[in-house]
Amino acid sequence: MYDFGIKNPTSVDDVKTALGESDDGQFLAGGQTLIPVLKQRLAMPSDLISLARVDGLSGISAGGDSISVKAMTCHAEVAANADIKSAIPALAKLAGGIGDPHVRNRGTIGGSVANNDPAADYPAAVLGLGATVVTSEREIEADNFFTGMFDTALNEGELITEISFPIPEAAGYIKFPNPATRYALVAVMVAKFGNTVRVAVTGAGPCVFRVAEMEQALTASFSPDSIKDGMVPADDLNNDIHASREYRAHLIGVLARRAVAEANG
Amino acid sequence: MPAITVRVNGLEVTKEVGARTLLSTFIREQLKLTGTHVGCDTSQCGACVVTLDGKTVKSCAVFAWEADGADIGTIEGLADGDNMHPMQEAFREHHGLQCGFCTPGMVMTAVSLVENNPDIDEDGIRHGLEGNICRCTGYQNIIDAVKTGAKAMRG
Repeated sequence: MYDFGIKNPTSVDDVKTALGESDDGQFLAGGQTLIPVLKQRLAMPSDLISLARVDGLSGISAGGDSISVKAMTCHAEVAANADIKSAIPALAKLAGGIGDPHVRNRGTIGGSVANNDPAADYPAAVLGLGATVVTSEREIEADNFFTGMFDTALNEGELITEISFPIPEAAGYIKFPNPATRYALVAVMVAKFGNTVRVAVTGAGPCVFRVAEMEQALTASFSPDSIKDGMVPADDLNNDIHASREYRAHLIGVLARRAVAEANG
Repeated sequence: MPAITVRVNGLEVTKEVGARTLLSTFIREQLKLTGTHVGCDTSQCGACVVTLDGKTVKSCAVFAWEADGADIGTIEGLADGDNMHPMQEAFREHHGLQCGFCTPGMVMTAVSLVENNPDIDEDGIRHGLEGNICRCTGYQNIIDAVKTGAKAMRG
């Protein structure tokens, strides 16, 4: 990898200063994507600004109608957290299915959401549950956050500090994992809030997306039978050595039905 | 170059490390603890698994300077003098290895799995070893070894 400088800020304010002092600084969270990327010389930051020692960026707190996960909280913590397991079991399950145990001990929710990998799990949770992304500058609704492949609404130097998940009445998450990487070939998060239903799909397209037709059908009747084949056309889906776009379109229906069944218990 | 202080298998050590020095490189080349293996160096195979503050990590996907102040456990720290750890004994008993290259990561992972879940079942073992690849495909004996090792660790 190319050489870089190291900065170890201890507060969000220091993070801004560290970034300002760097020509082309990059945040380092858990490093489970960034370090392999650096090894391949696919990135050449002047400095790595480690977020590991920044005060107040880790932990999980449950409120009355939402659960807040700080950005540097690792996947294993989310998967094992008692409040999340009881209030949003689908979120705990999602976190427990990312990568492998070692990756889950290092990888963070903030890093994953900021990276917005098209096949990552967390974007489906954030969009499917209608979470709010809290940053060093503002609050961003999930619907406005994921803007394209590896692209988000974050400004240059804007730091995710926490993700706030509203607690749904019911939710389910089903992933068809790539057997080698455990990334989502396709995965679907379904969440029900009173008369509102949200369906988010990851792995299938260039960026996580919602499926309005499924949401309407599930709002009318929250049952697996409401999901019909063909609700997501194959045209714009990913087509690669792992799966054809037609297969992915088919999987979306199958996994959505299973996610609804899981949500219904 | 930053100086870092870590405890490795209970012993404190302070060394200067480069920005790009991976924890795996630090352990193998600066501490000369070559029991930790580097298999793929792309954070997929798990041969380089060590514990960092008690949690298993792929040491090729952590910078050495990130470990400053941490407790690190490597395969060399498992045995008690000439007495192998029960998990190491179980791997020997069941021949839970073929070429042996993945073994340090397998054993470190297995010990952690059982410490976190003493009553782990076969399904839990299989899923728990998802991040460790045996390129000889000797998995069946590895699973048998972890089952026996878990029983021995429960005492």
